Amino acid sequence: MIFSKLALYFQYPFVRYALIVGVLIALCSSLLGVSLVLKRFSFIGDGLSHVAFGAMAVAAVVGLTNDMLLILPITILSAVLLLRTGQNAKIKGDAAVAMISVGALAIGYLLMNIFSTSSNISGDVCTTLFGATSILTLSKEKVWLCIALSLLVLILFLIFYHRIFAVTFDESFGRATGMKVGLYNLLIAIVTAVIIVLAMNLVGSLLISALIIFPALSAMRIFKSFRSVTVCSAVLSVTCATLGILIAILAGTPVGSTIVAVDIAVFGVCYIVGLVKEGV
Amino acid sequence: MTYLTCQNLCLGYEGREILHDLNFSVNAGDYLCIVGENGSGKSTLIKTVLGLREPFAGYIGYDGGLRQTEIGYLPQQTDIQRDFPASVREIVLSGCLSSRGICPFYRAEDKKRAEENMERMGISELSDRCYRDLSGGQQQRVLLARALCATKKMLLLDEPVSGLDPFATAEMYRLIAELNRNDGITVLMVSHDIGAALTYATHILHIGSRIFFGKREEYEKSEMGRSFSAPAKGGDEG
Ligand SMILES: Nc1ncnc2c1ncn2[C@@H]1O[C@H](COP(=O)(O)OP(=O)(O)O)[C@@H](O)[C@H]1O
Ligand SMILES: [Mg+2]
Repeated sequence: MIFSKLALYFQYPFVRYALIVGVLIALCSSLLGVSLVLKRFSFIGDGLSHVAFGAMAVAAVVGLTNDMLLILPITILSAVLLLRTGQNAKIKGDAAVAMISVGALAIGYLLMNIFSTSSNISGDVCTTLFGATSILTLSKEKVWLCIALSLLVLILFLIFYHRIFAVTFDESFGRATGMKVGLYNLLIAIVTAVIIVLAMNLVGSLLISALIIFPALSAMRIFKSFRSVTVCSAVLSVTCATLGILIAILAGTPVGSTIVAVDIAVFGVCYIVGLVKEGV
Repeated sequence: MTYLTCQNLCLGYEGREILHDLNFSVNAGDYLCIVGENGSGKSTLIKTVLGLREPFAGYIGYDGGLRQTEIGYLPQQTDIQRDFPASVREIVLSGCLSSRGICPFYRAEDKKRAEENMERMGISELSDRCYRDLSGGQQQRVLLARALCATKKMLLLDEPVSGLDPFATAEMYRLIAELNRNDGITVLMVSHDIGAALTYATHILHIGSRIFFGKREEYEKSEMGRSFSAPAKGGDEG
């Protein structure tokens, strides 16, 4: 019954695209999530997602057909700025992130309200915040852009994997031995921005942090080396995203929150496994 | 061959000067011990020499063909978080990165080097263990093995024995002396353990309200050296 229903859905190419895009985004966000969580950067992810929301509102007002062209550069720029302030002083950085994120949220909503021609503003806002009721509505260009950017992120991650580890583990050692730490931090910030813009299509801007944090935290409950945590985080994230998307298709629930719900459930399981493992 | 020259160095934090007009140099093969009371600016000096901080004034020069990517560093306090998942092998290997250039992956010789250094530090059996589950002494050895992967020429060690028990302390000093003597690695070590400094070092840099730089023998004869080392000679812990 379930399988025949799924098989029916999968005859449509846009359903297949949705699944591919979802899996790729989940993969990227979980890989970088490990570093972001360990670097205490997860709050930057949260702030950036609100910036992306604001940028999306602006794009909607200006009437861009491909809003990614505006959202991507704005979010990347904010990532670089946030990283700068975050390094100068911890507390000030925190406040800066909070300011930028609520500011972007408020302005974004305001703009949408004032200028929107749509009759269903609250519906539009809800969609951008919590993700479309289905990512099946993604346009074809967006699908390809998502795939291309995800692959780029994956390749960058593989190339810089060892350096990302070193910079995450002990920045001052890296700096002392002549590594270009600033450059790698910049790279991490930019890639984070790209992932957030991508993930906004999948889960909406309020839920992006969940996609970044949960798989990493789950994996850290069980595994104790960077590589195993990274691999486990990727596997968990992809599994959760696949499950979430399938459930959402079958049950007609919103994609974003379904994926996050699965992520939370898996975190619970990992938490218990971790406790048991420590007990032995 | 001179590896490092510091001239008229002034350093401090946010406009407050801690050290004024410091002059010293380190030659290949030296074992320089930097001594001084807590808060006298030893760690600050090391960080400035490494380029982690800017000096207020003065000159820091790496000569004799030593590049920054050829330095090994053992920090006093690392920002490493308690819950960081990292195996011993991953950490030691990361020391090889500085000589890696733009090549993204470790080569077989890097892995061999990491194994050798773990062997030498006596942590081979721990290589798959998680760093955060190790004892203080074991962690210190892991970080020293990482520093060794980063250099064949010069090691900077900031209080490498702090928090170690007497046995592990003696063992650590022995290892460092061996690296200096047998491998010809230049050592720059911060310590407030004057006994160890006088046992192993070839040169002493004493910082504080007064500054001394010179050979260990001269320091022992100097009035400053005698007054500072007299009470400390009995009990070496501090
Ligand atoms: N990040 C910092 N900001 C301001 N002052 C600092 C900082 N770190 C250390 N200090 C001050 O600089 C002085 C020297 O510190 P430090 O170099 O750590 O001394 P030591 O290593 O010799 O014990 C101390 O008085 C300390 O309070
Ligand atoms: Mg110190």
